[in-house]
Amino acid sequence: MDSITTAASVVAAGLAVGLGAIGPGIGQGSAAQGAVEGIARQPEAEGKIRGTLLLSFAFMESLTIYGLVVALVLLFANPFAG
Amino acid sequence: MGSLPFIFPFAELEVGQHLYWQLGNLRIHGQVFMTSWIVIGALLTLVVVGTKKMERDPRGVQNLLEFLWDYIRDLARTQIGEKVYRDWMPFIGTLFLFIFVSNWGGALVPWRLIHLPSGELGAPTADINTTVALALLVSLSYFYAGLSNKGLRYFEYYVHPTPIMLPFKIVEDFTKPLSLSFRLFGNILADELVVAVLVFLVPLVLPVPVMFLGLFTSAIQALIFATLAAYYIGEAVEEHH
Repeated sequence: MDSITTAASVVAAGLAVGLGAIGPGIGQGSAAQGAVEGIARQPEAEGKIRGTLLLSFAFMESLTIYGLVVALVLLFANPFAG
Repeated sequence: MGSLPFIFPFAELEVGQHLYWQLGNLRIHGQVFMTSWIVIGALLTLVVVGTKKMERDPRGVQNLLEFLWDYIRDLARTQIGEKVYRDWMPFIGTLFLFIFVSNWGGALVPWRLIHLPSGELGAPTADINTTVALALLVSLSYFYAGLSNKGLRYFEYYVHPTPIMLPFKIVEDFTKPLSLSFRLFGNILADELVVAVLVFLVPLVLPVPVMFLGLFTSAIQALIFATLAAYYIGEAVEEHH
């Protein structure tokens, strides 16, 4: 692999995870906010809210995981390595 | 990737190095097998010991097992539904306990004291092969659950609200195992790496809170994996009206 491809791959791998974490981070923040408000208003529903919250966290997190997959492919299975 | 220079006996940082065993044409990661067997052995011992002398008023290990059973039943029942959750409870429970004990075993047991010729012992779930195998099992089981409960009507799910959803639902069948496996693998590997890097840089006090954070996320990841597996199975057996 020539050095310019290496450099570009490493930078792109960092950006893939870093930028991919922004959106789900904001999303998880507002989801947690909603859950906390819900629990404060109705403490007896805590178990149900927690289950739903974890499930929706998992779905949001999978977006970042696609970024992670791209980063790992760039680092360890680079198709442009030549 | 190579290993960092050897300074501190607990802080060898090795990524992508494995103890290879040759099995026919297959090269398998020996260290993952060893820790998996230890985890399976620990779980089996716990269950055998706990169910040996069962009493009406549970005490000790039996009490713990009954608590776990309750917990897993509630998880399965909320996600899969009253009708078929009994069939899938053993599967969900096995997934949850195996992942949970692997994660915590990888974090709590000082594996680094046992030296291997190459690679190092750790949580089996920090290896992508383990998590992909678990995720593919989940894929197979939700297809099986849907087909065995609803027959060919299972495929109505793909066009459920409108046929426009068809391509998305098909893509979903591929992204489900992908995200399941990479979520678990990424989280556990990241935990191990963060702790290893911190121990390598500052071998005192500082890594301890990060280790506790790692324990917390490991437990949550086991819960999330089991919940999502149950959710996918529940989605497949759900009746549309």
